[in-house]
Amino acid sequence: MDLYEHQARELFEEHGIAVPRAEVTGSPKEAREIARRLGGRTVVKAQVKTGGRGKAGGVKLAANPAAAELTARQILGMDIKGHTVGAVMLAQPVDIESEFYVSYVLDRAAGRFLAIASAEGGTEIEEVATRRPDAVARIPIDPARGVTSAKAAEITAAAGLPAQAVDVLVRLWQVLVREDALLVEVNPLVRTRQGRLVALDGKVTLDDNAAFRQARWGGTAAEHGDPLEAAAAAKGLTYVKLDGEVGIIGNGAGLVMSTLDVVAGCGARPANFLDIGGGASAGVMADGLAVILSDPAVKSVLVNVFGGITACDAVAEGIVRALDTVRLTRPLVVRLDGNNAARGRAILDEHRHPLVEQATTMDGAARRAARLATAA
Amino acid sequence: MAVYLTKESKVLVQGMTGGEGMKHTRRMIAAGTDVVGGVNPRKAGRTVDFGDRAVPVFGSVADGMRSTGADVTVVFVPPAFARSAVTEAADAGIGLAVVITEGVPVHDSVAFTTYAKARGTRVIGPNCPGLISPGQSNAGIIPADIAKPGRIGLVSKSGTLTYQLMYELRDIGFSTCVGIGGDPVVGTTHIDCLTAFEDDPDTDLVVLIGEIGGDAEERAAAHIRDHITKPVVGYLAGFTAPEGKTMGHAGAIVSGSSGTAQAKKVALEAAGVRVGSTPTETARLVLDLLGNRT
Repeated sequence: MDLYEHQARELFEEHGIAVPRAEVTGSPKEAREIARRLGGRTVVKAQVKTGGRGKAGGVKLAANPAAAELTARQILGMDIKGHTVGAVMLAQPVDIESEFYVSYVLDRAAGRFLAIASAEGGTEIEEVATRRPDAVARIPIDPARGVTSAKAAEITAAAGLPAQAVDVLVRLWQVLVREDALLVEVNPLVRTRQGRLVALDGKVTLDDNAAFRQARWGGTAAEHGDPLEAAAAAKGLTYVKLDGEVGIIGNGAGLVMSTLDVVAGCGARPANFLDIGGGASAGVMADGLAVILSDPAVKSVLVNVFGGITACDAVAEGIVRALDTVRLTRPLVVRLDGNNAARGRAILDEHRHPLVEQATTMDGAARRAARLATAA
Repeated sequence: MAVYLTKESKVLVQGMTGGEGMKHTRRMIAAGTDVVGGVNPRKAGRTVDFGDRAVPVFGSVADGMRSTGADVTVVFVPPAFARSAVTEAADAGIGLAVVITEGVPVHDSVAFTTYAKARGTRVIGPNCPGLISPGQSNAGIIPADIAKPGRIGLVSKSGTLTYQLMYELRDIGFSTCVGIGGDPVVGTTHIDCLTAFEDDPDTDLVVLIGEIGGDAEERAAAHIRDHITKPVVGYLAGFTAPEGKTMGHAGAIVSGSSGTAQAKKVALEAAGVRVGSTPTETARLVLDLLGNRT
């Protein structure tokens, strides 16, 4: 889960990393009050979990409290890459002398965390990394030792950062470990004209798998912009809404992704991603089908299950159960293979619903569902 | 032969007495796996009856290895305990730890894969279906009856796609199928498995299944180009998947790759790998290649 900038700022502050004075609000009137408290001039920053805010007009300087209110009014409710701005952060401006970049990020290939640091921070950092890789230091961290002062000094020297960065790097590592983060990034880390290092903007990605021992962010974890996604999440299903017209249910993320691809290859567009998981019961299958059928954009539904642990007869029973409670108005194509497939197919045959048909192969099922959706 | 797991393998199960552990130990035994013990400090000294076989429970992996000569452990413990389970197994000096557990915190995976590697223990997983050498042994949750023994090696991030491809090629059969798991950090990579299959005299061809995210497939492609002489057939899932979560600037800087299925396909094809557009077409490519060889 990604944190908002203001949450990242809060974490940095708790761990003793200098940050600008700032407050968050969803109200323009309150923005004026905050600006007054912060001394008049502020930077008003949209709080959205996506990059490119500045270019989208989501970060503006306000010269005085009245301007802060006006600016907050403009930015609140703005759409930035599909994210609606619900809050702004007002921060005291910082007198910038130079900008640096520091982060710790998971290096999947090495199975370790990697420190990345550069004396050339700012929004162009990715370009710097591509064009002049030497300007960006990459140093792997031994998980048994972490970032000691000595390690931080090594990173600082390799990147050509000022000496005060050693302390920032040690503290930033503590943020990563204590919060179970997969990424902590400070960009830019600025040196002020007074010679202080301040974390001006930050990004933190937490590990959802660690939520059981990180209760603090529990309330912010379940954010679903789409009402269908929220309904599915409430039932413990992994559902992602897409733009197409073929509803898709399968078991296992890999097989469901593959099903999306095969449907797209048949010239139709998937309406969603829905994984009922391994060993799914009839109840889970019925819930999944109900979620998909409540999407009005869906013109046909494809159920693609390979029963490994999942029993195909339970899947078939789930389909039958869903048909008892939801009125099926769009065709349903079912492909069952693997564990108890024959029994599952027999259950559907006996039910004999006019809108339910079975296919013997995955490709055949996808072709049929695609044709039904595009013909509808 | 096969890779990592053969009929000689003696298997311990950490977390055997839990619900999933019981269910899958029964299935492993039915598939012919030589399950020699369970591990649970609170139930040491007891035996669990699985019909065909009474399996003793040991207080530690070290005890189990001393008493039985076990060289493989399959881990079914809850996510909060995966780190200590693997650490214990590595300290005991076991050769292979197969971690089925789903939902392990990444910091823990980083810690235990690094720790185990330094002690010579191979970790497969976490969050994986395990591995099967059909007709010989099954360590994990892959259904044993999908495919017969044969000469194809398979390595995959995805469990259900493993099953799908095994099913498509069930009559040709497999030497070993390894589900390496889809977590960001795993103990055994595509490259490790490719190397093992290259060295295995009983594997003629390798099926490599990947999916979006990370750059493991791109790395595998480079490895295939430089080191693998056996034919490799690939399948990738996720061409139409919604854009995943971004990792700030740092993600792109680390890998220099977009992690998309298209980028992976291009990399694999450039290395001479034939990539199927559906699981069924992938199976057909395998049949073509094997047909040409015989």
